Amino acid sequence: MSNYILECKDLTKTFGRVKAIDNVTLSIPQGCIVGLLGPNASGKTTLIKLCNELLTPTSGEIYIAGLKPGVETKKLVSYLPERTYLNDWMKVADIINFFSDFYADFNKEKAYDMLKRLNLNPGDRLKTMSKGTKEKIQLILVMSREARLYLLDEPIGGVDPAARDYILQTILGNYDQSATIIISTHLISDIETILEHVIFLKEGRVVLYKTVDEIREESGKSVDSLFREVFKC
Amino acid sequence: MPWEFRSDCPIYAQLIEKIEQKICSGVYPPGTKLPPVRDLAQEAAVNPNTMQRALARLEDVGLLYTHRTSGRFVTEDTDLIRQLKNRLVQEHIRDFLEKMRQLGFGREEILAAISRIMEESKDE
Repeated sequence: MSNYILECKDLTKTFGRVKAIDNVTLSIPQGCIVGLLGPNASGKTTLIKLCNELLTPTSGEIYIAGLKPGVETKKLVSYLPERTYLNDWMKVADIINFFSDFYADFNKEKAYDMLKRLNLNPGDRLKTMSKGTKEKIQLILVMSREARLYLLDEPIGGVDPAARDYILQTILGNYDQSATIIISTHLISDIETILEHVIFLKEGRVVLYKTVDEIREESGKSVDSLFREVFKC
Repeated sequence: MPWEFRSDCPIYAQLIEKIEQKICSGVYPPGTKLPPVRDLAQEAAVNPNTMQRALARLEDVGLLYTHRTSGRFVTEDTDLIRQLKNRLVQEHIRDFLEKMRQLGFGREEILAAISRIMEESKDE
């Protein structure tokens, strides 16, 4: 089996005349946390959707653990979309049962443990919850799977900074270290320390792919400040 | 609480500094067993691989050692810890002196200021 959990070869996705992903070649190893960073409309969500087969490439190739995205790779990939798709009327406990029926790798115990740590009540219905709380629930569901690859599209946008720290620590404490987590976000300074690698996407192209400490060593700057420089308007 | 990091230098280097501080101040006394990498990484809110790298460097210089099955420990070599203390004290005092020079203080003024302020803060 391939050592890379995600591989892209000359990957391109166009929408009409717009190249959302433009000839991307990329290999992401197993066992790391990667930040997928870029301004709005740089192709972050498109790339993540290509990994999930929610979109198909216009040209080029993409492999998850050596396989083309499809039924088999969905068993390996746990995906947090940018918007919620859960039914509002359901209780958290119902959704947990639903997930555990649906995914063979879903760990209920983990889910309840994380709910407890974040002080959330399994008996509550989603529609009674704030945006931030819903985000927490979704993240818990996604992180409770024992997947090989986690794709988190803007996971912490709606939660306050204190809860962010807590959530990040929860992620760190719960993932299997041989799995890979890819996080797309604008909130770089909040998650910079938990990342090992970062990818800068600009207009659908990879303009930088390095470790956080390489960036800090070479530029004497945090990833956050480098980002502000590279993507200066 | 996650540990605080400066933005101008690599995270693993700052992790090394912080663990050295803990060894130096006795938060981690000689011979103590360190928590597992994952727990340390979680406490600091850093990437486990980054924490691993920092611990490996501290092992290279002998401040930590790994016992095959039972985990990672702080050295019991008190000489080594004394050397660490000396190095840290030199680094901090050199930084301080450099800042004082930048503020335009001379040798005598610095010494006088130190004894005055230490005298004043005695009761605290």
